[in-house]
Amino acid sequence: MDFSVIPNNIEFLMLGLMRSFQLAGFTIMLSLPVACFIAIGRVSSRRAIRYPSAIFVNLLRSNPLILIVFWFFFLVPLITGKTLPEFYTVLIAFVIFFAAYFAEIVRSGIQSVGSVQVKAALSTGLTYAQSMRLIVLPQALRNMLPALVTECVIVFQGTTIAYVIGMREFLHSTSLVAERTVRPVELYLFAALVYLVICFAGTRLALFLEKNKDKAR
Amino acid sequence: MNYEFDWSLLLQEPNWSWVVEGVSNTVQLSLLAWVLALTLGILIGAIRMSRFPFLRLIGTTYVEIFRNIPLLIQLFLWFFVFPLLLPEDIMRAWNRLDGVPFLTALIGLSLFTAARIAEQIRSGISSIPKGQFLAAYSTGLTEFQTFRHVIIPYAFRVMIPAIASEFLTIFKNSALTLTIGVAEITGAAKTIEAYTFRGIEAYSAASLTYMITTASVVIFMGWLEHTLRIPGLIGKR
Repeated sequence: MDFSVIPNNIEFLMLGLMRSFQLAGFTIMLSLPVACFIAIGRVSSRRAIRYPSAIFVNLLRSNPLILIVFWFFFLVPLITGKTLPEFYTVLIAFVIFFAAYFAEIVRSGIQSVGSVQVKAALSTGLTYAQSMRLIVLPQALRNMLPALVTECVIVFQGTTIAYVIGMREFLHSTSLVAERTVRPVELYLFAALVYLVICFAGTRLALFLEKNKDKAR
Repeated sequence: MNYEFDWSLLLQEPNWSWVVEGVSNTVQLSLLAWVLALTLGILIGAIRMSRFPFLRLIGTTYVEIFRNIPLLIQLFLWFFVFPLLLPEDIMRAWNRLDGVPFLTALIGLSLFTAARIAEQIRSGISSIPKGQFLAAYSTGLTEFQTFRHVIIPYAFRVMIPAIASEFLTIFKNSALTLTIGVAEITGAAKTIEAYTFRGIEAYSAASLTYMITTASVVIFMGWLEHTLRIPGLIGKR
């Protein structure tokens, strides 16, 4: 084994890793607001809102991410009539896919708050939207923080799927260097180690938040 | 949007054979991997609760490694790296085997999911109140008997939803094995799309496979959970 291929190509590899972080970061930032709306729709008392949100969530959750990415690669050019850069197409697919997962986390967070809080908030004269925004969501957010962090780790792991459609993220950069230098063992082990360290830190953070959840009050 | 649907093309050859092969590969791979992952996962879950710190350390290390490396990379490691680390004659024999991608996928999926199942087992067993253990011990049961007659029957029921959802996770994760050349249903759909430019029809066939399976498993597990529920414990519905 000759691990010198890694320092020799470190710049190229780190560019790929940056791209992975970008994709994960934008996915999380954009899918969270969408997820909040869907989660509120899931607990709505109106069927016309509740059913479509439930269909959205279950439709996406029962398909693999890679298939959703393929769907969007076919549908986006068909609907918009032009080819977007692959980063944006992957991002759209990721945001919609992970919004469904985040929505379930937000929903269980909202349901953990309890209807008494909503009733109390409404009785002080707040509107439904105000009581959601000011009373329920802040408490829900605290309850669901560990699950959110875990899901962020899953988003980061999921960015490897962008490899399949040829986006230049970390796994793709790794495989390119592996092919060029004919050193797949060193490079794939290095990639595995990088993901292991980052995701381990993330899951430890989630565990820490879970343990300290009740102390924060 | 200007698109003419032609659903009959899925029934034409060779598309139909691809769909059939894809569905059969997906089902076989996920069922086999689920059984293997369940066996290994229970073992590792048990190790993680052992009295011996060394065994616990092995269990924890396994879970952290297999949970924190993305599945796609694990598949690549098993497919590209693992054979190169074998002694030369064993490597030759391995490469001569039939269906290396399928076997690799099976190993990768099982080991990845075993880590997740081990976690579910552990949290299932730790969700059981301490009083149950104490009560069982105080009646004179040994540790093994306590697990066999008191804890496992409880924990098993608590874990049914988690174990079912792990099957669905394997089922969906098996789509990733197209990257190492397994002709499962997502890969088959991609091939049909590449040959015919009929993405909507092709991907619908794949999506339908996943959605029908998900719905059936959810309904079956709901029934099972209802049938096996312990009155007053998890029969809230």
